Amino acid sequence: MQPTIAVSSANICMNRPVETSIRTKLNQRLEPTHLEVVNESNMHAVPSGSESHFRVLVVSKHFEGMSLLQRHRLVNEILCDELASRVHALSIQAKTPQQWECNPVIEVSPPCMGGSKHDHSMAAKVGTPSK
Amino acid sequence: MNSLIRFSTRVMRPGSILCRQRCLLDGQASAVVTRFLSETPKSSDLSELVKKDKVVVFMKGTPAQPMCGFSNAVVQILRMHGVDKYTSFNVLEDQDLRQGVKNFSNWPTIPQVYFNGEFFGGCDILLQMHQNGDLVDELKKLGIRSALLDVDNNEQKK
Repeated sequence: MQPTIAVSSANICMNRPVETSIRTKLNQRLEPTHLEVVNESNMHAVPSGSESHFRVLVVSKHFEGMSLLQRHRLVNEILCDELASRVHALSIQAKTPQQWECNPVIEVSPPCMGGSKHDHSMAAKVGTPSK
Repeated sequence: MNSLIRFSTRVMRPGSILCRQRCLLDGQASAVVTRFLSETPKSSDLSELVKKDKVVVFMKGTPAQPMCGFSNAVVQILRMHGVDKYTSFNVLEDQDLRQGVKNFSNWPTIPQVYFNGEFFGGCDILLQMHQNGDLVDELKKLGIRSALLDVDNNEQKK
């Protein structure tokens, strides 16, 4: 069984490199007690298999004492390479463990209004979708 | 005078268009200013833009016709609080402005909301502040009474 699981993990890394990178960096820097990384690209006007639109929910003690803006800036900083290259949109929920316990709700992103179709920079961001 | 001449020259030069719309309650937009920018906006230009109004929004599309779900969410949240008069900039019309405001704000995405010339956040922050009630207080600091306060008062009277 273990070799099969290892191969599956490798496939995930190869097929979803941006998602893998996001998870790895957030795990390393924020040591989250709960982490959700959702690829929302299929909700937008981008090719199938794209990794351009993400939602992240990060629950971490590192956010204690930080304002919302500070938390979001920290996540942006951690994922600056992805945001400068492949990621076009990033929705962030950054909560402390206490806040998550009080309200364990993952937000839903609003429906796309086709903005990507009018976005000249999308082609460079999306690139060749992974198969 | 020299700076005035330089500004005039920039305005005359064809390039990307920056259009500011002041949106009224009945949905009619009255275009106030149109500027031509031939290069990435300087920080000094942007520092002026973000102070144009109590509430300034850099978005995709316009409040009357948002072109992005996140930008639309910002418009709808502001509208729920009765904030219909503000200055917005459509970054889809001006790629230089789009990149310029990202650099200026040190914020990688659009939409971007400014309150009294200070960066407030994007869609997520505005939504969360709305949900936890803090947006009412933030608007109060701007001298704006949230319409939701009137809704709460009416419900208490029933």
